[in-house]
Amino acid sequence: MPDHPDTVLTPSASAAGVAITPTSASARPRGRRRRRPLTRAGSLGLNVLSAVAGILIWWTLAKVGFNLPTPAAVAKQAGHLLADGTLEQDAMASLRRVLIGFCLGCAVAVPVGFLMGWYPVARALIEPWVQFFRTIPPLALIPLAVVLFGIDETPKIIVIFLAAFLACVIAAFQGVVSIDRTLINAARVLGAGDLTIFRRVVIPASMPYILVGMRIGLGSSWATVVAAELIAAQEGLGHRMQSAELYYDLPTIFVGIITIGILGLLMDRVLLMAERRLTVWQERR
Amino acid sequence: MTTTPAAQPKIAVRGVGKRFGDFTALGEVDLDLVANEFVTIVGPSGCGKSTLLNILAGLEEPTSGEALVDGVPVDGPSPERGVIFQQYALFPWLTVRANVEFGLRTARVPKQERRRRVDHYLELVGLSAFADKLPKTLSGGMKQRCAIARAYAADPAILLMDEPFGAVDALTRVRLQEQLLETWSQERRTVLFITHDVDEAVFLANRVVVMASGPGRIQEIVDVDLPYPRTEQVRLSPEFTALRNRVWGAVYHQGPPPASR
Ligand SMILES: Nc1ncnc2c1ncn2[C@@H]1O[C@H](COP(=O)(O)OP(=O)(O)O)[C@@H](O)[C@H]1O
Ligand SMILES: [Mg+2]
Repeated sequence: MPDHPDTVLTPSASAAGVAITPTSASARPRGRRRRRPLTRAGSLGLNVLSAVAGILIWWTLAKVGFNLPTPAAVAKQAGHLLADGTLEQDAMASLRRVLIGFCLGCAVAVPVGFLMGWYPVARALIEPWVQFFRTIPPLALIPLAVVLFGIDETPKIIVIFLAAFLACVIAAFQGVVSIDRTLINAARVLGAGDLTIFRRVVIPASMPYILVGMRIGLGSSWATVVAAELIAAQEGLGHRMQSAELYYDLPTIFVGIITIGILGLLMDRVLLMAERRLTVWQERR
Repeated sequence: MTTTPAAQPKIAVRGVGKRFGDFTALGEVDLDLVANEFVTIVGPSGCGKSTLLNILAGLEEPTSGEALVDGVPVDGPSPERGVIFQQYALFPWLTVRANVEFGLRTARVPKQERRRRVDHYLELVGLSAFADKLPKTLSGGMKQRCAIARAYAADPAILLMDEPFGAVDALTRVRLQEQLLETWSQERRTVLFITHDVDEAVFLANRVVVMASGPGRIQEIVDVDLPYPRTEQVRLSPEFTALRNRVWGAVYHQGPPPASR
């Protein structure tokens, strides 16, 4: 994300998520043929091919003596950890923290963002704090949170809450200030009062922004939880990797990394699907 | 027009002026509209047409004078005064039906009645087949028809239209004009219609108000005594041409050089 605080979010632009736009890859010099879009099956095939190739390279590197576990060893370790329940337990612990912190963060961020967007006084009061905390990576607050709240769940959830809140509050605010004035006027001349305008215009109009903010917030929460667990936790994926480090248990570390990646990706997809559902009405370019 | 002495104007604009900072958008405007009259306003862009309309809609306040509707000063928007904006202003997340229903819901019209009225107005503007579509799937002309149906469904006594057909192509525009007059003949309302198109102004109106800028003011009011229904024959008649030329002259040969348009 670029760092202009007031122009961070344009839902349509970020709808593509992290995908690298194909145009930037078209380095072919003055190709006369128009590049044809891939079919769905074609691109899926290439995705699978790429994954397989990556695993093969990994395997080769492990075999030729880099200090890496082989994919087979990692798979075996994953089997063990699943069988004795530790992987599920760790994943659940991490997910629980993320979901609690994230949901609380969004639940507070949306009304606060609306307040900021709607009332200039609220904006003037709240914005300095939001802008200030935005410049601090949530992780940097962990030492403080641990000292203040100990090493149980509270400090982690607070830090995740902040991560989600900051991403989401800006989005909600941005959503409200970019509402087309004529839509609000159209509602007013049709007899809508403030409450109706809020429910039937402000909320739907800012929904695309909020959903983008939620996706960013979820990514940020997930990154934060794992890091927080590396620092202080008794369970969770980050904690598991941290203790594996003490025993040079590389397969476990790999299992942890891969699980984090997969779960992060799944959560992002779920939100992306929700976003598509809830914003079908948008004109996409 | 029935102008018995007792008749109160539906809309009365009394010495209305509007300043934005030290810029005077409207000097001092006086204008009366009789009930069920169709009045158009033409004028160069920036002469304060939209400002005047927004004041009547209750979306803006005059800095001097007042606007009266049925003798009562305008104070904020009211569903009794429907507004149709140039850029449609449909709610993009609502279907055509839900858009048209919007004003009926705020007025707490019961469901059955809502449905009946929405169906009626969708039929009237020829959008019945598109009731469940989202605005993004409609063409410009269809969007504007939807906006018209939405305004009509709230059953306002007054319709304020701000260059409603400015963004549609010429052919669609002619259709929309004819349709608008047909609707107006079926369900009479007081209409104030802004346009920058002289032909459109003359074709639709009982009276054409020509505005001038610097500061915004009324230059001339032209009575259009052509019969309704206004058919193609009317449009091609020498009387129409004469009126059109007169309005044209009033619009384009006023004050400062036309280059400032
Ligand atoms: N909110 C505003 N602030 C400052 N100036 C404005 C505002 N709204 C309109 N104006 C100015 O007032 C003048 C009249 O505007 P408007 O009524 O929109 O003209 P028209 O509709 O005839 O083109 C224009 O010069 C415009 O720049
Ligand atoms: Mg205008």
